[in-house]
Order: sequence, then C-alpha cells, then structure tokens
Amino acid sequence: MSRLTIATPNKAQLTVERLYKDLERRIIASPPGLCPVDLQLSFLRLCHAQTCGKCSPCRIGLGQLQNLLEDVLEGRGSLKTLDLIKETASSIMDSADCAIGYEAAHMVLAGMEGFKEDYKHHIEHGKCSCHITQPVPCVALCPAGVDIPGYIALVREERYEDAVKLIRKDNPFPTACALICEHPCEARCRRNMIDSSVNIRGLKRMAVDNARANTVPVPEKAESTGKRVAIVGGGPGGLSAAYYLELMGHHAVVFEEKGKLGGMLRYGIPNYRFPRERLQEDIDTILSTGVEVHLNTRIGNGEGEIPFGRLRREYDAVYVAIGAHTDKKIGIEGEDSHGVMSAVEMLRHIGDEEMPDFKDKTVVVVGGGNVAMDCTRSAIRLGAKKVGIAYRRRQGDMTALPEEVEGAIAEGAELYTLKAPYKIEADENGNVTALWVEPQIIGPIDSWGRARPIQADVPLQRIPCDIVVVAIGQGIETRDFEEAGLSVKRGTIAAMSDSEVEDVIGVFAGGDCVTGPATVIRAIASGKVAAANIDEFLGYHHVIACDVEIPPVSYEDKEPCGRIQLSEEEAGSRKKNFDAFECGMTKQEACQEAGRCLRCDKYGYGSLKGGRAAIW
Amino acid sequence: MVNLTIDGLNVSVPEGTTVMKAAAQVGIEIPHLCFLEDINEISACKVCVVEMQGKEETKSRTKLLTSCTSLVEEGMIIYTNSPRVRKVRRSNVELILSQHDCHCATCSRSGNCNLQKISNDLGILEVPFKEEVQKVPWDGNFPLIRDSRKCIKCMRCVQVCDKVQDMRVWDVQNTGSRTTVDVAGNKTIENSDCTLCGQCITHCPTGALRERYDIPKVFDALADTGKITVVQVAPAVRTAWGEELSLAPEDFTEGKMVAALKRMGFDYVFDTNFAADLTIMEEGNELLERLGNPGKYAWPMFTSCCPGWVSFVSKRYPKYLRNLSTAKSPQQMFGAMTKTYFAQKKGIDPHNICSISIMPCVSKKREASLSYMRSAGAGQDVDIVLTTRELVRMMRAEHINPKYLKEEAFDSPLGESTGAGVIFGVTGGVMEAALRTAYAVVEGHNCEPDAFKAVRDGNLSDPSGDNCVLGIKEAQGLLEGGKGGDGRTLGRREADFVLGGKTLHTCTVSGLGNAERLMQDIMAGKVHYDFVEVMACPGGCVGGGGQPIHDGCEFAGERGSKLYQLDQRRTLRHSHENPEVLKAYEEFLGKPLSHKAHELLHSKHVNELVFETHNYI
Repeated sequence: MSRLTIATPNKAQLTVERLYKDLERRIIASPPGLCPVDLQLSFLRLCHAQTCGKCSPCRIGLGQLQNLLEDVLEGRGSLKTLDLIKETASSIMDSADCAIGYEAAHMVLAGMEGFKEDYKHHIEHGKCSCHITQPVPCVALCPAGVDIPGYIALVREERYEDAVKLIRKDNPFPTACALICEHPCEARCRRNMIDSSVNIRGLKRMAVDNARANTVPVPEKAESTGKRVAIVGGGPGGLSAAYYLELMGHHAVVFEEKGKLGGMLRYGIPNYRFPRERLQEDIDTILSTGVEVHLNTRIGNGEGEIPFGRLRREYDAVYVAIGAHTDKKIGIEGEDSHGVMSAVEMLRHIGDEEMPDFKDKTVVVVGGGNVAMDCTRSAIRLGAKKVGIAYRRRQGDMTALPEEVEGAIAEGAELYTLKAPYKIEADENGNVTALWVEPQIIGPIDSWGRARPIQADVPLQRIPCDIVVVAIGQGIETRDFEEAGLSVKRGTIAAMSDSEVEDVIGVFAGGDCVTGPATVIRAIASGKVAAANIDEFLGYHHVIACDVEIPPVSYEDKEPCGRIQLSEEEAGSRKKNFDAFECGMTKQEACQEAGRCLRCDKYGYGSLKGGRAAIW
Repeated sequence: MVNLTIDGLNVSVPEGTTVMKAAAQVGIEIPHLCFLEDINEISACKVCVVEMQGKEETKSRTKLLTSCTSLVEEGMIIYTNSPRVRKVRRSNVELILSQHDCHCATCSRSGNCNLQKISNDLGILEVPFKEEVQKVPWDGNFPLIRDSRKCIKCMRCVQVCDKVQDMRVWDVQNTGSRTTVDVAGNKTIENSDCTLCGQCITHCPTGALRERYDIPKVFDALADTGKITVVQVAPAVRTAWGEELSLAPEDFTEGKMVAALKRMGFDYVFDTNFAADLTIMEEGNELLERLGNPGKYAWPMFTSCCPGWVSFVSKRYPKYLRNLSTAKSPQQMFGAMTKTYFAQKKGIDPHNICSISIMPCVSKKREASLSYMRSAGAGQDVDIVLTTRELVRMMRAEHINPKYLKEEAFDSPLGESTGAGVIFGVTGGVMEAALRTAYAVVEGHNCEPDAFKAVRDGNLSDPSGDNCVLGIKEAQGLLEGGKGGDGRTLGRREADFVLGGKTLHTCTVSGLGNAERLMQDIMAGKVHYDFVEVMACPGGCVGGGGQPIHDGCEFAGERGSKLYQLDQRRTLRHSHENPEVLKAYEEFLGKPLSHKAHELLHSKHVNELVFETHNYI
C-alpha cells in the first residue's frame, strides 16, 4: 500500500474543468433582458449541486428554495411565498456551515432585494415583466444601436463604403468609434459561447480605413423646414445632433468655445490614439451637410459671450452639449504649486498643439482612469525622464481599459499602486519637488463590489518629481446655464431620458454635461436621441434610414476560432512620438474575423422580432 | 437562376428562393409547422430540416438547414430524407408533442391539424419524453378561446396580429424555458385591443386558438318545442361551408345549405343578404343625407357593418366613432326585424323566437351580445351566433350528407336578396352596393350594375388570379411601402365617382393593418375621402376569422369570386329593388331613416366604448 499518492485529474474531472470554463463564457454572453427570477432559480440549482450534503440548511434548504421559486415562476405563489423564501434564505444564511450554503442564500436575498418588483410582478400577474426588446446582444448594448451584424457582414464582403453608410445611420462618427470606442457591444457577444467575442471595433476600423469617412457621401437631406436649432458645444454629442438635424432639413448652428471642433475627441484624446487627420474625416463629413459653426464663441454671461437667453429667443430649439471640461482638485496641501497641472489642462494644450515642456522632467500622474493613462503616455512622448502613476487601489481596480494600462507600462511608466496622494512638496520658489503618498492596503469590499483601500500601517512615502498631473475626473461648467434657468442636479444638467430639460420648453441637453464624464459613443447616442426628439418637438417626424442591402447569412461552419487582435507598433519606437501606433487588420484577418460573427440578426430571436431597426 | 439538386432531382430556381420552395417545384413537399409565408419565417419548429452536403470550396461540412428560411446556393446538394434528417425531424416533433396536449379526439382541429398529420405521417405512436403541458386559465365565456395546452409556440398568432392586423394583441411572454405566448403587456384578452377578427384562429396550426362553441345552445333551442328558431346566413358562409366537407361544386350550393339547415330542424331559414339590402337602403340614404348637410357631420363617413372595424375604431380612435354610419350591421338589422316585423307578421310572441345567425366571423359573437343590440324589446335581437366552422360541425354532428339533399329556397319574408346584398361578404362590396343605390336615388334611374366595379379588389374579381395569399401579400406589400402595378397603393383602393354632379371620393380597405395606416393618413391630412369602407379581415368577410381553416393557404380570393358570380347571376342587383325589402318599408318601417328605422336599425356605436366584458351571451 502506498502511503501517499500524487493526485492526477481523470478524464471526467478534466472535462468538468473545461465545462466550467464554457459556462463562464456562457454567463458572459448572457443575453440582456432575461427574467431575473428564472436566472436566480438556475443559479440556485448550480449552488445546490455544489453542496457537500452535510448540513441540513444547505442540503435541504437550497432545494426547498428552488421549489418556492418554482411556485413563483409557475404562478402558484402568493406574497406569503415571498415571505417564506426570505425567511428560509435568512435561516440558511445564519446557520449554514460554509460559504456554499450561506453565499447561495445570500444570492437569493440579494435578488429579492434587487429585483423585488419582478418577484411581485410574477405573483400579481402570473407572468414575467421582462421582455427582450433588442434581440441582438451587440446592438442592444451599443448606446447608439448601430447595426453591428449588418456592417460586419458588409466588411466581410469588402463593401466598406456600404459599411460606413450603415454605421452612419446611427452614428456619424464611424472613424472616431473605429479608433477609440470602448466597444460595449463586445461585452456580451454571443460568440463568447463558442470562444470569445468578435473584434467589432477592429472590423469597424477595417471599414473606415478602406473607405475614409470623408469620401463616402452623406445621404440626401430632407427638404428644408426653415427651422433653426442652436447647438452649444462642438463635441461628438453636439455634432451628432447637428448632423441628423441637417439631414432632417433643419438648420443646425454650432457654438464652440474652443478654437477647433471635436470636443474631448480633440481636447481629451491624444493624437497617438486618434490622429487629428482621422478626426477631421468625421468632422468634414458632418459639416458637409451644411452645419453652421461659430468657433471661439462661448455661451454665457461674461463679456463678449452670447447669453443663453438670446439663443432661446433666436432659435426654434437649443441643444446643450457642453461636455465636462473642468478639472477636479484632489484637495491636498501644495496643490497650487508650480508644476501641478490638471489632466484637462494638459490635454487641452496638446489638443491646440501647444506642447507642454516635459523634457527630462520627472512626472507623476495621479489617477487610474483612461485620462490618467492618456496623460502618462503623452508625458512619455513629451520627453519626460520618468513618468509614474500614483493610484489609491490596485492595478486591477483601475477604471482605465486594461490595454491602456499595459500600454503605458510597456512604454516605461511606473505604477505606484496603493498610494493615496497625501501632499505636494515644493521648494522655496513654489516649484514641485515631490509627491508625498500615504501607502494603503486593500480592504473591505463596498456595496458596489469594489475593494476599498485603507491606510497602511507604514510611514508616508516621498516620490520625488517635477510635475504632478491630476487626473481624477472632470466637472461641468454649469453655472451660466443654471443662471439661465436650467436645473442642475449633483453637478450635472438635469435632462430627461428624451434629452428634454425639465420645465424649459425647447431646450434639450445631453452627453457628458448630463451624464457626467462618459464615453464617446454615449455622447453620440445622446446627440441622436436629441435630434429625434427635437424633430418631434418642431412638429415633424423625419425618418433616418439607410438603403444598403445587408448580405444574407452563409452556410459556413462555425468552428471555434481565435479572435484577431489589432497589432501595435513596438513600445520602444512608438513612445518617441505622437503618431498613431495601432495597426488595422489585413483583409485576410478581417475576413476571418467577420466570419466569426454568428449573425444574431438572422438567427435566434432576431428572426422572430426582427434583427434590425432599419429606420428611426 | 440558381441550380441545385434536391433528392437527386435537378432544380433551377431564381436567386433568393428558399430550399422549401425550390423543393416544392419538383413536387417535394417538405413537412413544416411554424412556417407561414411572408408572415412567420422564423425557423422555430425545426421540422422542415434538410441535409446539405458539405462543400470543399465553401469550407462547409454536411449539415442540417431549415428549408423554410435557407436560400438556395449554386451547386447545393440537398437531401430531404437522409437518415440524419429523419432522426432530427422525428425528434423535434416528439419534443413538440411532449409539451402538447395530444388528446386529439377532443380537439377542435382534429383532422385539420398539421401537427397531428405530421406526427401520424412519421408514425409517432409514443413520445419518449415526460409530458409537460402548460395550463393557463382562460375565461371560457370570451368569444375567443386560447387553450395553452395546445399551443406549440410557433408565434404565428403574434405575427399575424402584428404584421397583418397591426393590433399587437399577442406577444411572447416570459423568457428562457418559460417562454410562451400570451396577451401582450399586463392585459387580459378582455381588456386588450382584441377586435375578435379571428385571424389568429385561422392561422393557428393547432387547436390552441378557437372561437367559443355555441352549438349546444342551438341544439337546446331546436329541442325546445316552445321556441321558434329563426336562422340567418351571412353571404360569405355560402362560399366556404363545403370546403371542409370536401364537396363537389354541385353539392356546395346556397340551396343545399338551406336544405341542410331545414333538415337540422330550423323553423325559418333566412338570408342575411335581405338585411344587407336593408342596410344599403339605410346607409345609402344616410350617406346622401350627410352629403346634403356636409357641415353637420364628421368626414369621411365610415361603413359600420364590420364589428371588428367598429371595435377597432372604438378602442384606437374613439374620436372617429361619430364618423361611423349609424346603420347597424346586417346581422343586427336582421335580428331586430325578426323579433318585430317578422314576429308581428306571423303572430309570434318575439320572446318565443330564438334568433340565430351563421357568420364567417368571431367578432359577431360579441356584437350580438352588446347591451344596445336589444332594440326589439325581447332580449338580444340575435340570441346565438355560430361561425361557418360551427355550422359545418353541426352538419357533421347531424350526419347530413349534402350530396343527397335537394336544393331548397330561403324562406319568406326575410329570404329575398339582390346581388348587391350578396357582395357584402367581400371587400368593396358594401361600398359598391351602396353606390348602386345612391346613384339611383340621386339620378332617378339605375346605373349599370357593374358601374362601380373600380372599388373591387383586382385579385378577387379575377378568379384566374393567384388568390392563395391574398390579403397577406397585400398587407405585406404596403409594409414595404410597395405600390400596386397600376399605381394604387396596395391594400387601399381609391376611386372617385360623380354623383349628382359632385365628385365622391371613396376608399376601400381590408385588414386592420391597412386600416391603421389609413387612419394615420386621414389624421395627418394626407388623404381626404367622403366614404370609406373597412373590413377587418383581409379580403373582407370571405377571409373572415370564422371561416374554414386551410393551413398555409388563403381562400378569400376564391370565395370572393364566388360572390361576384352570384351577384352576376341575380336578376335583381340593386338593393332598392328587393321586393321584400320594399314591402317591409311599406308595411312596417315607412321609409329609410324614418323614426322606426332609427329605432330598430340604427345605433350610435358609443356604447362600444364601455367594454362590455361581462356579457358574452
């Protein structure tokens, strides 16, 4: 008899391990709009299968909870059933031996709290209140509802111009989104059930690289209505609204405070991510519809500025899309020293091609978002000797896209994680000499599921530096608008989901100034929503459509196949300049990647409820 | 053209053809359940699967496709009965049966059910799966019954209601394994927008949707020696009743239908066409009255004989209720006349009359039960309404073989009718009949009977046309913004006529989806008409929700042509020439629009607003 043996997994165990992975990917690709109670029951079944069977609350209780949930779902339940579910789950939570039991019960309780209304709806109506409204996952998750399977199919057929036209039906910034969209569309891509999501942004890039937006003509405009709409802000939201309003036959007049159009696309995103000439392709296309632009024109109550009231009087409607362009302060000692600058300020200068002098300087960027990464990577390109990122939490907690963080590291940035800024040290001339940080340990998880940093039991640390860039978020310059009667809540302009501003007739608002700093695609979507509702407000019902025919599905096999990633120039050379470094796909790559799309517009629920909104 | 082989046969079809259609061209009918051309192409049941042989050049392996939605490709090799296909088709039917109430003997669609036929064809004598039949409660008093136990979730009802009728009464409910069909939103069928058009019934592949069966009440009335049973038969019924009995054309006549009803024991067999002529007298004169006082009325004037349409107006556009003609539908005029004029003439206490109607319609069941349809003062003017399908079932229950019946005539005095009354059963018919009479009133002489045939549906009046998909295609064409070959918008027929020196703009529409678009255009001021006829069902009553069901085929065209033939053959083709109608005015009503006529033959339609959900007879 051997005293000990080396455990090697058998075939069954290995298969189960693989199935766990399959299930993980399947959960990622869970379609939006499912009944939460039904899902809860399925989760509970899995939890119950994991029980060791020793303790009665877990072994029996999780099973009885399933029976009760079944009653709710089958219309046999009453409000008493809900009480019993709650009591039983609480008992299991209180008495189960291990996490298998008490965490399972905790999930049930969390669900009963989180989707209480759905439980009640089942009890009261005997059916679920959930509906799958948009059956195609990527389209459902794109704020602008771009016809993604449609343009992927077009890219596959190398019909790039048609792809751009189709994208533009819902998004007049195809180039911007091809280069820098955060691609929420990819999150629940059904392809995850087979291997991994389709590289949607990469395929869009293939379209705009091969059919430059400014070479693809815009659709014919509707007959002029004679209506004039003022748009405050020439960023992605304002210009999107302007584009669609012009197509609908209204005249859009854009007022931009800065010297150039583009908003955060120009003044927030550096050239190496989104080259200016590519931005210009989208802007030129939009302007080709006849949008009138007034640059260096601020709407406000200051000298030489146009008061908001005048816009209201002189235009049939007003759209406020001023974005979020003011900086936020950390509020620590020494923040007013020379050498401390905000991210907004730094990127604005770069946007106007006034490059800050970082040559041979040591720079510390405070923050962990995408803007912090932009500042870091810009600082490296400006010739800084050393650039570090000070962040309160861990690398994995950063809100920046992981590839942005990794890109910055590859280009030589240092990460000072778990370091909360404490004070800024300056010399006698007021010039920054160091950032003092308070080391942290990662601590309890808050109700949002994020681990909170707590003060570490160690002394403060000094990080010597010449420049501190504060990239901890942006605010909105709401004052002039508040004075003009627009209501402001928690620092943002209070607009409704149809972008109308409450109680101010004819005034609409959207984008970052309503949501707080968000993504480009959300700003574009707001512009689209505003255009539609301004059109209705003006008494019209113009329809935006696209006559591109979508290719049919092919009968190819859907074999598992890796996802094509876009390649980048090597870190050592790209960090020396502001040139774009991301490379598009080759035709071979694009064709293979587009072929991975499962065409949810044609299969599944899409074939029942229609896979696309051909008009809006 | 695309060339492919199906089961070894060479087929050449245009690009964009489905494999199922291509197979049909060489006589291969691939079994299918959920598919309904142009309406429900969702490849859900997976019964129509076929095997496509793999191809090197397209990097595809041999695989199964659903033939209903898969388009042909050059060089395709298809097998509709490979071992793999056989196995999968059978398995999918078995799975569907595991969630289906298979008590076929007690099902309304027994013998006319595709699921039953396919299961039987495949020799499925046992289902290897656990039975999981869903039972959702339903108010059995409502004229439309949904039996969840029989629903196979093919979604046809959802799609017909959405795409053809645009009423959106049904929707997919719940998600995941509990996905089913139910009334949309949090409504019950009673408080939904359902107009009872019955198109969901006639497009259901199984017995999950049906009308409420009222046959037992009729048998009770027939058995009651104290009751005088008076039955009226709507025009569209006579075009369709023989379909389900597979009768030869010579056995499938008006006369044999009358004979069958008499054989069953009805005391008086009358023709709703009589009341159709009466309707024209009232409605035609009402139109002239309105035209004479244009400022007094809302325009355009709408016909009011289709209860589905009246219900649509009251639920969706109550402001337009005043545009409806106040004339009751022929069914209701008939009921009122039965329990007054006829009763008096025969010296019968109207309380002892059981007034029964046979209609191609489900909505008529509700119309008859409305509280303001009691003008004669002896209960409801129409006591019981049967659909054409129920009539056929009654004949079968009474084991009547029409082959051996002798033709019989309708009884008098409510049995005479003109060609104008006959064509009420087809879209455009009411309009045409009304114009024939209005012309005579204004001009003082009759027009050519076919003078107003411009209002007819081209597909219907031409019996040689491809009528199989009438109405559906028509509606679909409009959905896609299509126009008819002659420039008319599909689904809507406009015609201008000069009447008394003035131009009368008319419009005729069938199908509620078309009606919805018409209302939108009227409200937007895009169109202006004087007189508008709307029928809720595509093709009019001939395509009604109470007519015999033929899975996947529309028979409205064929049936409509029959009505036009009947009109053609009548010696009297103008309602104002119906001698029995004239006599009724002389003896009883006075003249059209008289006080008495208003009392018995008109209503304000406003009561439809109060949903009378408690009283379905």
